[in-house]
Amino acid sequence: MKVLVPVKRVIDYNVKVRVKPDQTGVDLANVKMSMNPFDEIGTEEAVRLKEKGVATEVVVVSIGPAQAQETLRTALAMGADRGILIQTDADLEPLAVAKLLKAVIAEEQPGVVVMGKQAIDGDNNAVGQMLAALLDWPQATFASKIEISGQTASVTREVDGGLQTLSVALPAVITADLRLNEPRYASLPNIMKAKKKPIDIKSTGDYGVDVANRLTVVKVTEPPKRQGGAKVADVAELVSKLKNEAGVI
Amino acid sequence: MSGFWLSDEQEAIREGVARVCADFDDEYWRETDETGRFPEAFVAAMAEGGWLGVAMPESVGGAGLGLTEASIVMQTVAESGAGFSGASAIHLNIFGPMPIVKFGTEAQKSVSLPRIISGEDKMCFAVTEPNSGLDTSSLETRAVRTNEGYRINGRKIWTTSAQRANKILIIARTTPKEEARKPTDGLSLFFADFDRSRIDAKPIPKMGRKAVECNTLFIDDLLVPHDALIGEEGQGFKYLLQGLNPERVLFAVESVGLGRAALRKAAQYAKERVVFGRPIGQNQGIQHPLAKAWAELEAANLLAFKAAALHDAGRDCGAEANAAKYLGAEAGFNACEASVLAHGGMGYAKEYDVERYFREAMIARIAPVSREMILNFIAERVLGLPKSY
Repeated sequence: MKVLVPVKRVIDYNVKVRVKPDQTGVDLANVKMSMNPFDEIGTEEAVRLKEKGVATEVVVVSIGPAQAQETLRTALAMGADRGILIQTDADLEPLAVAKLLKAVIAEEQPGVVVMGKQAIDGDNNAVGQMLAALLDWPQATFASKIEISGQTASVTREVDGGLQTLSVALPAVITADLRLNEPRYASLPNIMKAKKKPIDIKSTGDYGVDVANRLTVVKVTEPPKRQGGAKVADVAELVSKLKNEAGVI
Repeated sequence: MSGFWLSDEQEAIREGVARVCADFDDEYWRETDETGRFPEAFVAAMAEGGWLGVAMPESVGGAGLGLTEASIVMQTVAESGAGFSGASAIHLNIFGPMPIVKFGTEAQKSVSLPRIISGEDKMCFAVTEPNSGLDTSSLETRAVRTNEGYRINGRKIWTTSAQRANKILIIARTTPKEEARKPTDGLSLFFADFDRSRIDAKPIPKMGRKAVECNTLFIDDLLVPHDALIGEEGQGFKYLLQGLNPERVLFAVESVGLGRAALRKAAQYAKERVVFGRPIGQNQGIQHPLAKAWAELEAANLLAFKAAALHDAGRDCGAEANAAKYLGAEAGFNACEASVLAHGGMGYAKEYDVERYFREAMIARIAPVSREMILNFIAERVLGLPKSY
C-alpha cells in the first residue's frame, strides 16, 4: 500500500512572527522556515507504517516555492521514498490545495493519505476535510492513534471530553494530531541517502485545476499587547474588581 | 560553507545535530562536570545518529563529508551548551582515525573504522610525552620490532579518554633519532588494543572538562602485532602532520561555539537582571564587551571555515588553520570572560554555567598547540622571518 503525505513549508515554530508594516501579511523575509510540525507527525506515522510492513511506499508532496524542496528533503531524510513538488509562489487557499492534492492522488492512487491536521501558519484546519469531500473518501481527523489492518483503519481521535475511535474503510484521509507520535530526528546517513531520492517538480498548471483564490485578506494585525497585572490588597477588592471592572461575576 | 553561509544540506546537518543536543540540557552538562562521569548517553545518541562518521569514507559506513561539515557538527555540539565537555567527548572520533583512513590497509580499515563510527570501539590517541611536548621529533617512547610484533615502552601524557578506550593509536620511535636520516624519520604509528595489563593510565586532575579525562600513560612492554603498524615503518610523523590542520580548525570552531553559548547566556541574563530599576543589559558597559565578543567570534569563525574550505578543496590551509585556532581560542575565551563578568557575582556560581565555559575556554588556548608556536609558524612560513627556536 502506498501512503501519500502532504507537507507544507511554514515559518519555524520558534520564530517570533512579525506583521508587515502595511498590514498585508506577515514578514517572511530572512525568516527561518521549516516543515509544519503536524506534517512532521504525519510523515513519521507514514514511515512507521512502512517499517511495520503495512505500507510499501511513502510519497511526500508539497505545494510551494522552490525552497519547499528542502522541506521535502527533510521528509525524505526521515524515511519517505520520493517527493513531488508542485512549485508555485502563490499563497494558495485550502480549496486550491485540496484540488491539487486530489489531482496528485488520481495519478498516485495511494491507499491512504496521512497529513497534519492543520498548518501552523494559516491555522485553517481545512485541507484534509476538503480533500476527503472532493474525493468522496472517509475522513478521520485529529488522530492520536492509527491502526491499519486489511482494508480498514481504526483511528483514535482526540475530541472534546475524551477519545473517540472510528473505523474507516480505506482509502481514506487521516489527519494527525499532536500526540500521534514523536517525530524522529534525521540521522546523518539518512540525510545523505535523502540527497539521492527523487523529487518530481511540477507546476500548478500541470493538473488543470482552478487554483484561483476566493478570499481577500483585508488586513493582518498583531494581537494586542498584554496589559500588566495589578495587585489587590484583599479578597474584597478582588471581588469588587471582578464585579465592577472586569464584569465577569 | 564554501560561501559565506551554510548550504541547505549543511543547514540540515546543523539542525540534525542541534536536535540531538537538545536532549542534553545545561543540567546534564553541569552534572557531568561535577561528577566527572563521562557523557555516555550523549555520545551514544551522537553515534546512533551516525554523526561520528561525518568525515569517514562511505565505504566503511561514514558520510564521506569534509572538514567543513565536521566543523559544523562539532561547533553545533559546543554551541548547544555542551561546550568542550561534549565536543571533546567525540572530537577524537571525527578526525582521530584519519591516519587509518588515509594510510591503513584495506583490512585495517574494514575492521577498525566501522566499529569506531558506531561507537563500539573507543579509541585514544597517544602522541604527547612529558619530555617532548610540541617537539614531537624528540619523543622517547620506543617500539622495537621482534618476531612476535613490536614491543613498546615509554610514557605519554595528556592522552584523552584513556580510561574509557579499548583501542590506542600511538606514535613511537622505531629508529632512534641519532640513527635516523632526519629527526622526523623513524617514528611509526600503531593502532592496537589498549592492553591494561601493559598500560597504566593515570588521570590528571585538571581545571575544567572533568568528564573527559586526560591521562599520563606508563607503557611497559606493550606487545602489538606486526599488522598494528599503520602505513610504513618510520613514516609516522608524516602521517601525523596530515591530521594537524583539521584538528586546529576543529578546535577553532568548537571554541567559537563555546563562546556563542556563553554570549547567549550573558545576553539572556542581561535582559532579565534588573538593577537600579532597569535591566543591566540596557547599560553600554554591559553591552559593549558582549558586542565586541560577538564580532571577534564571527571574524574567527570566518577564517576557520575558510581553512576548512581550503582543506576540503585539497589546498594548503596551514596558515589559515593555525591562525583560526589562535583567533578562535582567543575569541572564545574573551566571550566567556565577558559573559562571566556580565553575570556579576552570579557568573561565579555554577548554576549559571558560564564559569564552566570560562574554565573550558582555556583548553583551546593551550591545546593542541600553544599560541606562541602558532605565531612562530606564521612569522616563519607566511612572513618569511628566520626560525626562532
